[in-house]
Amino acid sequence: MPPDPTPPSPPLGGFMARNRAAQPAAFHPAYKTSVWRSPRAPLLSFPSSLSEETGPVFGHSLLGPLDADLLSNFAAPGETAIGPRIIVHGRVVDESGRGVPGALVEVWQANAGGRYRHAKEGYLAPLDPNFGGCGRCLTDAEGHYSFRTVMPGPYPWPNGGNDWRPAHIHLSLLGPSFAQRLITQMYFEGDPLISLCPILGAVTDAAALQRLVATLDMQATLPMDSRAFRFDIVLRGRRQSVFENRKEGL
Amino acid sequence: MPPFIETASQTAGPYVHIGCTPNVCGIAMYGGDLGAVMRTGPVRGEEITLTGAVHDGMGAVLKDALVEIWQADAAGLFNTPFERRGQADPNFTGFGRSAGDMATGEFTFHTVKPGRVPWPDGRLQAPHVSVWVVARGINIGLQTRLYFADEEAANAEDPILSRIEHRARAETLIARRTGPGAYRFDIHLQGPKETVFLDI
Ligand SMILES: [Fe+3]
Repeated sequence: MPPDPTPPSPPLGGFMARNRAAQPAAFHPAYKTSVWRSPRAPLLSFPSSLSEETGPVFGHSLLGPLDADLLSNFAAPGETAIGPRIIVHGRVVDESGRGVPGALVEVWQANAGGRYRHAKEGYLAPLDPNFGGCGRCLTDAEGHYSFRTVMPGPYPWPNGGNDWRPAHIHLSLLGPSFAQRLITQMYFEGDPLISLCPILGAVTDAAALQRLVATLDMQATLPMDSRAFRFDIVLRGRRQSVFENRKEGL
Repeated sequence: MPPFIETASQTAGPYVHIGCTPNVCGIAMYGGDLGAVMRTGPVRGEEITLTGAVHDGMGAVLKDALVEIWQADAAGLFNTPFERRGQADPNFTGFGRSAGDMATGEFTFHTVKPGRVPWPDGRLQAPHVSVWVVARGINIGLQTRLYFADEEAANAEDPILSRIEHRARAETLIARRTGPGAYRFDIHLQGPKETVFLDI
């Protein structure tokens, strides 16, 4: 079991300002729900303080042995989820390229038919009794994470008259700084629905959009078992300069 | 330009609770939901309850939001191995996560009144709780802060509160005291009462 994260050795400065050009706009009318749920006033900009530079840190004692295995973490004993078996893995780094150890990665997704296990879900595709649709893991000392699941199916959703979400997995990244809190979605290389999706359309920076697409990783596939997809994640980073107007010990 | 650029955010969608609070959607997992319990034993300081809801631009309460909070303990220390100023209360996690009530959308956190935390220049900030909101229709998570109505003197000198030009807007960050140890904090995504959201 990897050791729990320890404080970084170099003294770090405050967080670099968020690169909003690579982020989706809050107001994106093609995604209709965003119309009434997007703030209209400008965000108030401030330097980070300890309140944002710290955040919850979780140890490996948090995790159960099957947490990162969506194929079996909800399945009856001896059973497994239905669908194409895949491994999703990658590295979580900050904007300086340094691996982020001890980040909690939580994932959720539809089953292979495109159906979520949720009371509000109305899609006619069947539930898989052996698939819950969630999992989690912690990044290792170099920032690597991986989990095992089924390829999620695309699904229709009420927005335009005929909108379909490309196959995707939702990911939540937590820690070690609250300023780095991020929820995103990963998509799959080659999916023709990607360019039609109103939610993805809110990401207008072509390179940023491309980085949301996981790539088939034949090196990491398990022969006769699972294909692998690689999805790397970048969290916000801190200035390296120690020449800041901070008092000793802060 | 840094060599790496932060991954683009995407909406948490309507099913964020499957991933972040699976037990509230009937998916028994992990032995309980993360952030459901902030006080894991007898805590130092004042025990308080924070209640509120998230409202959209038409005034409707969101039933599918996820609200997280992060805060210092009663002494102003954070429960993380990165805290260098002292030992935070081991019975207080500082981290809360709430799916809100499925029927009413109200969120509740059983926490403690935070102590004051220094600003980078050494001044003390007023007691506050960092708040993060995601939901279907929110493309990038919204950061804000909760301050306390009964901390008038500290609020007046807080580096963030005191710099908000429009006083009516500053009020959106202040939780109302509704009883002993009870505070109400409503978040308005849009409209005349729109909450001040922070880019920190
Ligand atoms: Fe989805």
